[in-house]
Amino acid sequence: MAAATLPPAGRLRFARLTVSIGGLLFIIALGVFAPLIAPHDPNATNLLARSQPPVWMEGGTWAHAFGTDNIGRDLLSRCLYGIRTSFGIATLGLIFSAFLGVALGLLSGLGGPWVDRVVMTVTDVFITLPNLLLLLCGIALLGTDIWVLVLMIGLIRWEAYARLVRGQVLALRAEGYVEASRALGGGTVRIAVLHILPNLASPLVVILTLSFPGVLLMEAGLSFLGVGVQPPTASLGRMIGDGRDYLINAWWLSGLPSIVNVTITLVIQLIGAALRDRIDVLTDG
Amino acid sequence: MLRFMAIRIFRAVVTMFLVLVIAFVTLRLSGTPFEFMYPEGITAEHQAALEAKYGLDRPWLEQFWVYLTDIFQCNFGRSLYTSERVWEMYADRMPYTLAIGGLALLLAIAVGIPLGAVAALYRSSPGARVGMGFAFLGYAIPHFVIGIGLILFFGYYLRVLPTTGLSTPQHYILPVITLAIPMIAAIARFMRAAMLDAIGHAYVNTAVSKGLTDGQIAKGHIFRNALIPLITVLGLEIAGLLNGSIFVEAVFSLPGVGRVLVDAVEGRDFPVLQFGLIAYALIVVLVNLMIDLAYIIADPRIRMEG
Repeated sequence: MAAATLPPAGRLRFARLTVSIGGLLFIIALGVFAPLIAPHDPNATNLLARSQPPVWMEGGTWAHAFGTDNIGRDLLSRCLYGIRTSFGIATLGLIFSAFLGVALGLLSGLGGPWVDRVVMTVTDVFITLPNLLLLLCGIALLGTDIWVLVLMIGLIRWEAYARLVRGQVLALRAEGYVEASRALGGGTVRIAVLHILPNLASPLVVILTLSFPGVLLMEAGLSFLGVGVQPPTASLGRMIGDGRDYLINAWWLSGLPSIVNVTITLVIQLIGAALRDRIDVLTDG
Repeated sequence: MLRFMAIRIFRAVVTMFLVLVIAFVTLRLSGTPFEFMYPEGITAEHQAALEAKYGLDRPWLEQFWVYLTDIFQCNFGRSLYTSERVWEMYADRMPYTLAIGGLALLLAIAVGIPLGAVAALYRSSPGARVGMGFAFLGYAIPHFVIGIGLILFFGYYLRVLPTTGLSTPQHYILPVITLAIPMIAAIARFMRAAMLDAIGHAYVNTAVSKGLTDGQIAKGHIFRNALIPLITVLGLEIAGLLNGSIFVEAVFSLPGVGRVLVDAVEGRDFPVLQFGLIAYALIVVLVNLMIDLAYIIADPRIRMEG
C-alpha cells in the first residue's frame, strides 16, 4: 500500500517504520564499511594522545572526533569496529537459534504426538533454565572464541521460535492445500518445505526482529562482564565495561559506546514493534 | 487442580534433573582437577592412583549417582583456587544479592502496576503516551548502561549519592533503581496491555449497564482481572532479576554472588560455577511453582478445571 492512501495514524506509523529501517541500514553500513570509514586503526595505540575528550568538549580535536581511551586508541574507530563485532555475533547467533528453533518446531508439529510431547517438554524445560548461567558455563568450558559465543547464544535462544513454528504448523496442517498435498502422496518433508515454511516467513521475521535486541544485549553484557569478546577486538559491551574505571575523568569512554549500543537496540525494537503491528493487522483482517 | 499441580511439579522435577545432568556433564567435560592441583604435572601411575582415590575411574553412571547423593547431602565441594567450601562462598554473598533483588522487585511492583493501570485508563492523554514511550526506552537499555548513566548523573555530576559498595543504606539507592528500571518498564507495559484487554470484555459492558461508576468499574472489574496475567510476567521478571543482578553488581562493585560467578568463569572454577547453575535453576523452578500456586489462588476458573 502506498503511504499516500493511508489514514493519518497509518501514515505516521509508516513514516516511523521507514525512518527506523533507514537508521538500521545506516548502522549496518557503518559496521560493514568500518575498515573504509574508520579514521584510525582501532587497535593502534598513541600514548601521546591518551584520554582525549570528544570534539565538542574543551580540548577535543577532529583528529579523534569521539576522543581517545586511556592508551590513546581512537574511540570513533573502535565504536565502528564494535558495531561490526556486536552485529556480526548477534546476527550469526540469531540465525543459528532460528535454524534450531524452526527445525524443532517443524519436527514437533509434524512428527506425531509422541515426538511433539518430547520436544515440547524439552522446550518447556529449556525456558525455565537460567540462560545467563548456561552461557557462563559454556564459556568457561569452551573458551571465549567468537564462534563459541555464536554457538552458545544460538543454543539458549531457540525456544521462542520452536513454540511459534509448532503453533503455526498445527494451524496450517488443517489447511486444504496441505491435505491436498498429502492426498496426492506428498511426504512430510515435502509438505514442510513446500507448504508450511513459506507461510511461516512473516511471523518468523517479526519474532526474529523482536528478539534481535535481546541477543545483541546478551553479547554486549557478556563482553561487559569481561567474559565475552576478548581484547584487543573492539566490542561495544567491552568498551562500556573497560571505560567504567575512568568514569570520573573520561565519561565518554563508557558513555559514547553506551549511546551507540542503545541507539541500535532502540531502532531494531521500533522496527520489530511496527512489523508486529502490521502483521497483527493482516492476521486480524 | 490436583492434576494441574501434579503436571507442574513433575515438570519442575524434570527440569532440576536436567540441570543436574548438565552441571555434571559440564564438570566432567572440563577435565580432571589434577591440572589445577599439580600444575607441574604428575606421572601416569600417580594420576591413576588419584583417580582411584576420588572414584574418577568408575563408570559414569556410578559417578553420577555419587554426585547426586553428594548434592542431596549439600556437599558441593570446594573452590579449585581458594579451597573455600562452595556453599559458604555463596552463603556469605547471597544476602546482598537478595536484598538488592528484593528491594528492586518491590519498587518495580509499586511503580510499574499503577503506571501501567493509569496509562491504560487515560490511554489517549499525552502524559500516558510519554510515559509508555519511556517504558519502551527502559526496555531497550541494558542494566549496565542504566547503571553507568545513574552513576554519572547522581554520583559525579550532582554528587549526591555514593556509587560503589554497600556500606550505608544510601549505597542501596542507585543499584536498586538500576535493577528496577527495566522491570518497571516491563510491568507497566504488560499491565497496560492487560487492562486494555480487560476493558474489551463483556463484563465491563455489563458493569456499565448496571450503572456502576467509572471508578468502581476500573477498580473492581478491569484492574482485578488485569492482575491475573500479570502473575506470569512477575515470574519471568524474578528470573530476569537473577541475570540483571550480575550486571548491577559488576557496575556498582557490590559484594554479591555476581562477582563470584564472573570470577569462576574467568578462572574456570567449575565447582563454583556448577553450584551457581544449580542454585539459580532451583530458584527459578521454585518461583515458577509459586506462580502456578498463585494462579490457582487468584483465578477460580483454574481451580474448577480438572
